[in-house]
Amino acid sequence: MGLPKFNYVAPETVQEACQILEKLGGQAKVMAGGTDLLIKMKHGALRPKTIVGLRKIKELRKISFRKNQGLFIGAMALLEEVASHPKVKKLYPAVAYAASQTATVQIRNMGTVVGNICNAAPSADNIPSLMAFGAELIIASPNGERRILLENFFKGPGEVNLNRGELVKGVLVPPPPEGSGVSYQFISQRSKVDIAAVCVAAMVVIDKGRTRDVKIVLGAVAPTPIRALEAEGLLRGKKLADRSIQKAAEQASQEARPITDMRATSEYRRLMVAVLTKRALLEARQMALAS
Amino acid sequence: MMHKISIKVNGDLYVLSVEPWKTLNQVLREDLNLTGTKLGCGTGDCGACTVLVDGRSVTSCLTLAVEMDGKEILTVEGLAPAGEELHPIQRAFVEKGAIQCGYCTPGMELSALYLLKNNPSPSEAEIREALSGNLCRCTGYNKIVEAVQWAAKELKAEKSKSTRSK
Repeated sequence: MGLPKFNYVAPETVQEACQILEKLGGQAKVMAGGTDLLIKMKHGALRPKTIVGLRKIKELRKISFRKNQGLFIGAMALLEEVASHPKVKKLYPAVAYAASQTATVQIRNMGTVVGNICNAAPSADNIPSLMAFGAELIIASPNGERRILLENFFKGPGEVNLNRGELVKGVLVPPPPEGSGVSYQFISQRSKVDIAAVCVAAMVVIDKGRTRDVKIVLGAVAPTPIRALEAEGLLRGKKLADRSIQKAAEQASQEARPITDMRATSEYRRLMVAVLTKRALLEARQMALAS
Repeated sequence: MMHKISIKVNGDLYVLSVEPWKTLNQVLREDLNLTGTKLGCGTGDCGACTVLVDGRSVTSCLTLAVEMDGKEILTVEGLAPAGEELHPIQRAFVEKGAIQCGYCTPGMELSALYLLKNNPSPSEAEIREALSGNLCRCTGYNKIVEAVQWAAKELKAEKSKSTRSK
């Protein structure tokens, strides 16, 4: 299966990349690892005139952590690099775990976490846990930078809030609050090799026995990853007892808007949202209490 | 537009002009005549085209040749250069009957090499996980897993021999 013809440019700075993207607009596509883009091109679903490769922009490969700012994952940091990074594993285990559970060894050696975000599949493995941590994207343009909460980035399957000339430099994950835990759970037909049929991340912050903060993020059950806000509301400020977790899980299932496709039926997905939400909340609680 | 790249493949330096839409798989097979690397699905699912780029396993069907400038690539031909002994991983695949039609074998061996470089004593579960991006439609995988276990032992024995002789 061959690729259609295209031009290729490899800018060396973010500024240069943004200028190219501004000039070319919709005719250009940004490529990080290429593991989604090139498949779509081989299938004829996308035919960009120009691919803007980010490989030569050294600063984008970076993964760094600062106590007061949190974790920065650059747009070119490989899934495998995120999955095996000691600081990520220690402080953001759900982020490392999600990266380690994405596709196969080879794809993790090519694809990037930020690429997985920008591809904007509703089922993307790396989005729910980052959303649960309250991550923001840092977006560069020829005129400067802006930040956007990850949960406000998605418009629909494959569609994101990016303007002409803008490039996602990376994702910034705030420092995990004291007494917090985040868990990522997913289910798919062929272990991690397959795309998740349902995925859920839950974050809880427990303070003096009460749930000070909670986020429940559902993937693959709506056109974009979504927060189960009403389920969160059932838990906020309360004791995180098993019974409340069960109720929140059932409520999350009601907030899902799943479709039926080749991976699962809508009914099955809805049931699994409850199961995975419960598992995620239980694990997050355990992590929070152990922290 | 053609792009000039220089790549090292199995230790040999090549300076090539490539069209941007050429994959590394096409360049290896068509321009360099290194047909040991196979092409299966073309979409990164089957792993038959696996090679190592700067030591990392990747699917060459989803790798643009233009992005390989300055990289070192290892293909199955580089595991055992012509006229020399087989690499322990290759010997293991022969010994353990892990090859039937052989189409997945080069990719399997490179995935096995990547695993054993990073984890010289993998458990069976770790081996299966490491090979989950390589499909085999003949063997049912058991013999491949046994071959990797055997190769791990061989490589460790070789390593301890070479450190003792130093």
